[in-house]
Amino acid sequence: MVLTFPFVAMKVDSFENIVTWRWDNVLYMGVGCFFISWLWRYLLQRKEFSKSDTTGKKNLIQQTWKDRLFSDPKVFCPVLIAAFCIASVFPFIFSPYQTTIMTTALIYVVLGLGLNIVVGLAGLLDLGYVAFYAVGAYSYALFNYYYGFGFWAILPVGAVLAGLCGVILGVPVLRLRGDYLAIVTLGFGEIIRLVLENWDDVTFGPQGIPNIPKPNFFGLEMDFQTVTLYMYFVVFAMTIFTIVVVRRLNNSRIGRAWIALREDEIACQAMGIDTTKTKLTAFGLGACWAGMMGVFFAAKNSFVNPHSFTFIQSAMILCIVVLGGMGSIIGAILAALILILLPEYLRAFSEYRMLIFGGIMIIMMVFRPEGLISNVRRKYELHEGEKH
Amino acid sequence: MQTILDVKQLTMDFGGLRAIDHVDLDIKQGEIVALIGPNGAGKTTFFNCITGIYKPTGGDVFIAPPDEKPKRINGKKPNQITVAGLARTFQNIRLFANMTVLENVMIGQHCRTHTGILGSIFKGKGVRAEERRVIDYSHMLLKKVGLDQYAHYLAKNLPYANQRRLEIARALATDPFLLLLDEPAAGMNPQETLELDQFITQIREEENVSILLIEHDMRLVMSISDRIFVVDYGKKIAQGTPAEIQNNENVIKAYLGEDIDDA
Amino acid sequence: MDYFLELFLGGLTRGSIYALIALGYTMVYGVLGLINFAHGEVYMIGAFVGLIVSGFLTVLGWPILAIVVIATMMAMLFAGAYGFTIEKVAYQPLRHAPRLSPLISAIGMSIFLQNYVLLAQSSDFQAFPQLVPEFEFLEPYSHIILSTELVIILAAVVTLIALFLLIKFTKIGKAMRAISQDRQMAMLLGVNVDNVISATFIIGSALAGLGGILVASHVGQINFYIGFIAGIKAFTAAVLGGIGSIPGAALGGLILGWTESFATGYVSSDYEDVFAFGLLVFILVFRPAGILGKVSSEKV
Repeated sequence: MVLTFPFVAMKVDSFENIVTWRWDNVLYMGVGCFFISWLWRYLLQRKEFSKSDTTGKKNLIQQTWKDRLFSDPKVFCPVLIAAFCIASVFPFIFSPYQTTIMTTALIYVVLGLGLNIVVGLAGLLDLGYVAFYAVGAYSYALFNYYYGFGFWAILPVGAVLAGLCGVILGVPVLRLRGDYLAIVTLGFGEIIRLVLENWDDVTFGPQGIPNIPKPNFFGLEMDFQTVTLYMYFVVFAMTIFTIVVVRRLNNSRIGRAWIALREDEIACQAMGIDTTKTKLTAFGLGACWAGMMGVFFAAKNSFVNPHSFTFIQSAMILCIVVLGGMGSIIGAILAALILILLPEYLRAFSEYRMLIFGGIMIIMMVFRPEGLISNVRRKYELHEGEKH
Repeated sequence: MQTILDVKQLTMDFGGLRAIDHVDLDIKQGEIVALIGPNGAGKTTFFNCITGIYKPTGGDVFIAPPDEKPKRINGKKPNQITVAGLARTFQNIRLFANMTVLENVMIGQHCRTHTGILGSIFKGKGVRAEERRVIDYSHMLLKKVGLDQYAHYLAKNLPYANQRRLEIARALATDPFLLLLDEPAAGMNPQETLELDQFITQIREEENVSILLIEHDMRLVMSISDRIFVVDYGKKIAQGTPAEIQNNENVIKAYLGEDIDDA
Repeated sequence: MDYFLELFLGGLTRGSIYALIALGYTMVYGVLGLINFAHGEVYMIGAFVGLIVSGFLTVLGWPILAIVVIATMMAMLFAGAYGFTIEKVAYQPLRHAPRLSPLISAIGMSIFLQNYVLLAQSSDFQAFPQLVPEFEFLEPYSHIILSTELVIILAAVVTLIALFLLIKFTKIGKAMRAISQDRQMAMLLGVNVDNVISATFIIGSALAGLGGILVASHVGQINFYIGFIAGIKAFTAAVLGGIGSIPGAALGGLILGWTESFATGYVSSDYEDVFAFGLLVFILVFRPAGILGKVSSEKV
């Protein structure tokens, strides 16, 4: 790490502009880099130290406070209820602006949970997840534009369409593994975006489709503030719906098959699980959440264009999954909230926020690669007396 | 007694290399049969051909589950073969490391249960009853292999010998009529091997399965096998009861080298 | 015929660039088995360093040849240094982490570098000086091939051959191949794995830097975002040819370059990228290891 330092400092020198010399910038950067690299090395050392310290006394079952928090219903239920209460009164306490941000964050919670099925549970690295989001958004935009369908009618349609796309993508990539799978899904995501961008006759190309109606509430006309509120609660309900469904899937026969697939594909097949079918269900079920949220996204912004569906979005959702901890539902929720809210509240640093954001991603991975919260497997208890 | 597995002239080529060369093998109901041979003789490849992980180049594999007609299974996928009633363990343990011990066994029941996507989401009465049944059955199997108290440990945290036991329990959970064990004693100490001996016999009695095993530990093989097949360089060189094999010249040659007669 | 030739050479130029960048991906993948997502940013930084150095020297009034040489050297040097730093910061601490973690930290690194350049150099497109002089002997063919294109193609060919020799015959090349076969074993045999990995990053990044300055002088303008698309395309090329294989990267780059060039020339320029990715998906589905890649099967 000592070797890094001269280069970290040297980075600075390359970026004075030719016309105006900016020596002051160089000075700031030099000092900053020195400080950061010092801190970096210190933390790395500490990490190494703690690693060697704990390996000796690692128990077979680690019962930490976190495990207790998530597995013991006595602790977990109040936390859940508290979270629910805070979430439901949130828009009444904070401004519509805050509510809008929170709505966006909740969209990403659902997206994160959806991708969590594909990446976290089934272990299929999908870098083109945003394509399904786009499918959802455009299906609402187009169906509405050409045929005048409403939000609630298209919501399931968008989800099903995206799910179908997931299965269709799944078929050719069944044989691919790991990185190849990643790059094909990435390619697929880009193809969808480029088609949307260039198929001017139908999708209006890069200009996008404006004036998409918001969902109606029994035909009531609403002013701006009420609409924001209403949208918030719609997405909030969808989030809860998603959490319940994903949680149930996670602990079901299907969910176990996904995890087995992630852990060891060959053993999984040898245990009589049809890996083809399992992969396709994972792709399909993962994609349909993106489709659902796509429909909502189109309605929320009342505008869609291809620029909302770039690779960076896919990367963002993937980050949510990995930051949260693969396969962990609570982790994904937390990570989504952090990743979306953090840049918003970092607006104070305005132009530096994406820089900081990138930095945080690196730091998180270096110091906690298993994510915020690792997936805790459910304990199935034996019911005495029911044995056969 | 009924023949439940009948392998005829099985051949497997990798490029120009013939790993298995026209091997015949049969197992009758309730038998424990061992497949032995020096390292690299093609034993594991033989397993992989039977269980569908490799597609054999030539020959036929027939199975006949009890009270059913024989059917040809080569060319089928591993999962279909498992559904048909052949279950296996792996030489290099392949557990689902980050799932609990209990869940590993529950996976084995996957192909015997039918809950679908909608069922999992709505969790109806039938689904819950099925879950219950799977959980209880898995607990019972764990108790049988002596891992009950570890049910909620992650599989990767088990000691080595117990991981091997768990693999067997997982295979048993698929409800097979023939169990294929690939070097179950590898890496075990003498005490553990001795326990394994009793364990395998016990499984045959209680679960009513036949067993085909690959093993290097000759003491174990000789004590539990009803019949033994010996392969070397992909060819079958001998078959018979343990006593016959022990005195077979070809076998001694294969294991100790050609020069034995001159010495 | 001229049109065909123009497209052919255009494709060759593009392909050469993709190949140059793809080499970095392939080398890193070969040694570490991971996708260096920040590689495209290194390319972008190479272009910027080239811009700054050449601009600076032009102000000082140096002769054009010296500017070209020094700017190229500096671009490669800085790109190499950045590659080295990226590896130390974002990858080395994660050597034993789950497989997805380095990927995420790479994406983080990519975002970080993009915004870093954005802040330091603003988001506008910046004009890049014409570094390569017009060759007089090419005058009659100027409608088919530009002198920059010729330089790019030549540079790519020379680099490829040099790299091939390096991997095949030098000590470090042997060490790289050993590590890609079995890292643990190489370590036991006394190969300093960290040093070799660093060297791989430095070489790969220097090539990307070279690619950066070449493209920049060809296209004539750069901004902070050019690395992303170039990175994805080059990665496509690497996978196309069979990731981990150096001739594969070259071949993949060329095929991708020609596909794009002919598809835009004869079909439609709107769908340029669709063709590129379509080709990728098509090849991977039918030959998952890429054109020259080895098909690896897992031992059971």
